[in-house]
Amino acid sequence: MKAQELKIYADTARDFSAEEPETAARITPVPERRWTHIHAPDARTTAVSAPRWQGRRRELRIFLSNPNALFGIAVLAAIVFAALLAPILYPGDPLEMVARPFLWPGQNPAYPLGTDSMGRDVLAGILHGAQISLTVGIAATLLGLGVGVTIGALAGYFGGIVDDLLVKLIEIFQTMPSFVLLIVLVAIAQPTTMTVTVAIALVSWPTVARLTRAEFRGIKEKDYVLAARSLGFGHARIIFREILPNALPPLIVTSSVMVASAILMESALSFMGLGDPNRVSWGSMIGAGRDVIRTAWYLTALPGLAIVFTVLSLNLIGDGLNDALNPRFSEERR
Amino acid sequence: MTGLLDVRDFSVGFGSAQPVKGVSFTAAAGEMLAVVGESGSGKSLTALGLMGLLPRHAKTAGEILFDGRDLLKLREREMRSIRGHDIAMIFQEPMTSLNPVLTIGNQIVEVLRIHEKLSGKQARQRAIDLLDLVSIPEAAKRIDDYPHQLSGGMRQRVMIAIAVACNPRLLIADEATTALDVTIQAQVLQLLDRLRSQLNMAVILITHDLGIVAQWADRVVVMYAGRKIEQGLPDALFETPYHPYTQGLLAASPRLKADYHYRDGPLTEIRGSIVSATGEQGCSFRPRCPVARAACGQSVPALVAVSASREVACPYVPVLAERAHVASVGR
Repeated sequence: MKAQELKIYADTARDFSAEEPETAARITPVPERRWTHIHAPDARTTAVSAPRWQGRRRELRIFLSNPNALFGIAVLAAIVFAALLAPILYPGDPLEMVARPFLWPGQNPAYPLGTDSMGRDVLAGILHGAQISLTVGIAATLLGLGVGVTIGALAGYFGGIVDDLLVKLIEIFQTMPSFVLLIVLVAIAQPTTMTVTVAIALVSWPTVARLTRAEFRGIKEKDYVLAARSLGFGHARIIFREILPNALPPLIVTSSVMVASAILMESALSFMGLGDPNRVSWGSMIGAGRDVIRTAWYLTALPGLAIVFTVLSLNLIGDGLNDALNPRFSEERR
Repeated sequence: MTGLLDVRDFSVGFGSAQPVKGVSFTAAAGEMLAVVGESGSGKSLTALGLMGLLPRHAKTAGEILFDGRDLLKLREREMRSIRGHDIAMIFQEPMTSLNPVLTIGNQIVEVLRIHEKLSGKQARQRAIDLLDLVSIPEAAKRIDDYPHQLSGGMRQRVMIAIAVACNPRLLIADEATTALDVTIQAQVLQLLDRLRSQLNMAVILITHDLGIVAQWADRVVVMYAGRKIEQGLPDALFETPYHPYTQGLLAASPRLKADYHYRDGPLTEIRGSIVSATGEQGCSFRPRCPVARAACGQSVPALVAVSASREVACPYVPVLAERAHVASVGR
């Protein structure tokens, strides 16, 4: 360390080296590595062998300590389980007539949830319907998220002309009423599970893109992004590793709501008879039960309840994930 | 000492405004160069310019020779391999300069994997060593902490660990200690000084704290309104500041008056405030200068070498005036 002799240029010379100025911080030289004694001798070697998983354990703990999220997980797991079991429990076509029509739930133990106006097993329909609802919901969301996040990230990160063009594209999609667009898309293409999925993704990505763009625009100005650039990180690394994780919480919440709304859209299409005619779906079951709602309300209520519970569980999971994945936020809540 | 960095006539412009106007300085390996000046003097923009991190619409001119290569002429890809590897930077705000969703270990490992191509395990071991190097207690435990679990001083140490991870040859500390309290400041500076000698780095210390400069710098560059107005060794510069601005800065510094008490009255101040970066004729300090003359508005005073290590950009400095007088009498 260097102690400079400081003097005021205008005043009379005074020797400061002799006395310690009271206003100056007293900086005493510190021996090198003064905290070495705190180290346990084996602290370093043990830590190196610790798995990467360690970093994620905390989030998992926070997520699992949230009763709402656990309830959501349980309900969703039950629905997924049911969807997986459907081909085993009811191997035949659920659209097949199996018994007398209008059997009420509990009337015949072989058909616990009764039969509909055409004598089709309601439970078999709901289980098979879970399959198509979940497939369409999750696949459409993944597709919509992929497109939306990519476009939103590019627009928000690069700005300028890229942003202008992509925002125009988003706006073109947003000016069209999404459900009408969805109906038109499905009407043009053959209504199969695939086309319904792609159509739902096509109408839902602009929301994700706008959200991602807004998040990226805010986050790219943060100091740590500048710091990352100062370390020679490339654009891809900054987008996906520095910015995207920070933009995730709202995206996660949105995506769980997106799965829910994709399920609702699929149900609505099926309700209107625009779904895949060869597959049973909750929406088509409600559509079929609509005519007899006064006499056999359970035909609309049961698939309706299935939709409600699925959507609710997804929303609860989304909230739980949001709390767990945003460390500062979850810490503050404690 | 060989010149590692040679900045020649470096300028930054935004449209008609020119916040950095032809700055030249050098830095040698193992040297701690302090750049002093008040807010708006162009220090930080110069630093960002060295890193090639200025906004896209900024116009640069001049040369930044690093190891013989002009950084301003490099392509983005080449510049990226230099950033973090050969030149690293520490920012002012330790609170916001670390990514909140990544553990500090991950953030160090990331740099090592990019530039040094280390495997995950090697990089992790290296990260622990680095945290140890910057005196983080229990580095092996702390490595999995998130930034919000650390104090400001700790975070700044982590920033330093990340910056020196690849043994850069030049480290730019942009107000690196301004946001820290005084005792932590001293520790961080000690750390920087130690790393400088251990790793033989050149350190550019950007600050407005004259106490830090006096204590730690090998050489001082004083900037005002985008220009270098004085340069010298700290001993000489603090003993006899030549430029009226430097004189004012020193007079306004409380540390230099040990027998001074705030009850004695207000500190000396430099009247006025820094001029805007837009066009101004002549010396930019003229509106605030106590010894300004009419001629000062004519042209920008050139930097004149007073001695081997000393330069000043004011023709009315007594030494220069005397020298001019001697020259005219001799003729």
